[in-house]
Amino acid sequence: MVKTVTVKGIREGILFHLGDQNWETNYQALVALVKERQEFWRGAKVVLNAAEVEITSDQLLALKDELSQYDLTLWAVLGENSITQKSAQLLGLATRINRPEKNEMTELEPIYHQGETAIYFNKTLRSGYHIEYDGHVVIFGDVNPGAEIIASGSVLVWGKLRGLVHAGALGDESAVVCALDLQPTQLRIAEQIAITPKRHGKPQPEVACIRDGKVVAEIWNYKG
Amino acid sequence: MPAKVVTVTSGKGGVGKTTATANIAAALALQNYKVVCIDADIGLRNLDVVLGLENRIVYDLVDIIEGRCRLRQAMIRDKRLPELYLIPAAQTRDKSAVSPSDMVRLCDEIKPDYDWILIDSPAGIERGFRNAIAAADIIVVVTNPEVSAVRDADRIIGLIEAEEKGPAQLIINRIKPDMVKKGDMLSPDDVLELLAVELLGLIPEDESVITSTNRGVPVVMDGKSRAGQAFRNIGQRLLGEKVPFIPIEESAGFFNQLSRMFRKGGG
Repeated sequence: MVKTVTVKGIREGILFHLGDQNWETNYQALVALVKERQEFWRGAKVVLNAAEVEITSDQLLALKDELSQYDLTLWAVLGENSITQKSAQLLGLATRINRPEKNEMTELEPIYHQGETAIYFNKTLRSGYHIEYDGHVVIFGDVNPGAEIIASGSVLVWGKLRGLVHAGALGDESAVVCALDLQPTQLRIAEQIAITPKRHGKPQPEVACIRDGKVVAEIWNYKG
Repeated sequence: MPAKVVTVTSGKGGVGKTTATANIAAALALQNYKVVCIDADIGLRNLDVVLGLENRIVYDLVDIIEGRCRLRQAMIRDKRLPELYLIPAAQTRDKSAVSPSDMVRLCDEIKPDYDWILIDSPAGIERGFRNAIAAADIIVVVTNPEVSAVRDADRIIGLIEAEEKGPAQLIINRIKPDMVKKGDMLSPDDVLELLAVELLGLIPEDESVITSTNRGVPVVMDGKSRAGQAFRNIGQRLLGEKVPFIPIEESAGFFNQLSRMFRKGGG
């Protein structure tokens, strides 16, 4: 059989490139590929590069259902065909993948400031949410238990921090973690790991950093 | 008006999804609304048992979807509440027998002739959960006042937000007032502080739920049960009425309950 569909692993999951045959042929080939490697791909997110192939919304929905049987999530469809683009929008799928999640699309623009980058989240991160970012992470909202933030820079939480946080993940010991209520399940800075002690009394804004090779948390004092 | 689809889900198992589905459905049916319950927990069905209809199953959800019967043939009518129907789950299949778009099509077929559709979701975040929420207009998350259940509820609420199906509404089930008072159990406020969603109901721990489940009679039909009253209140809130939450400390005097019922009947 002529190879119609090609696969590539990308940061966001798996990327399928369709060949220039019609949809039916491509669909069969794609499903065959998925079947072949279902164990390996289980749980992955799928991006479909349709190129010029025309796909109706019904066909796309059928594919989404089929993929979900193999525990794969179709989240983005790329391509130049206007009908395909419309179908993707109709199903609420992303049509660009330069940003990781469809629900984070408006929030993931990096801000360039004095050569450093940061991302800003204006929402509460719930259990199961995972952020990995090469830069600083700023959150306006809470970080609930079960959520994870891994940043090469510092992490600032304007809210309650109760999940797992790893600042300076690439080894930067000058990274800090601060929150209005600092109660992470586990806090890591560079190579150091700390568990938050039980707090007594009212929460106060705190800053955690590395001092003498150990993670310490101090009550934030704006007078310095 | 086409029916509204309410999906009851939780993430964690055993927190009372099925009990909540059965009782909210019965509470709405008691108000003379036409209600259809769908058990989406294919392979582990039990909504039929809680509703006391298990011996009347002939066809099930998968039979409808695979075209072995018509929709009406699989709908079991409750004898006590004539406007309450159940579409049972298949017991011999698994979640992959149904797809999310099958559920949307099924609900679209039911909608014109009924007022409410209640879907009982399986535990977990996989295919079964996706099936259950696919057609939902309102998603109700059930949790218990314990850390593990709240953690799972948080995850589920996040998934619901990501699917743009939110905002979810919350039921906190099995609250033990005396334990909350002693500080041994998470209070509703603690749970709400973490989950930050709208509260739909607070259900106290109540032994009559167990007996009514075993007998197959929804606890809302028991006028004396506190949990039954709480579920009736949830029904009222879904209908758009503002019902105050029962303070958890209040003791359940029989007259207290009666007067509350009369007040409700009058308004």
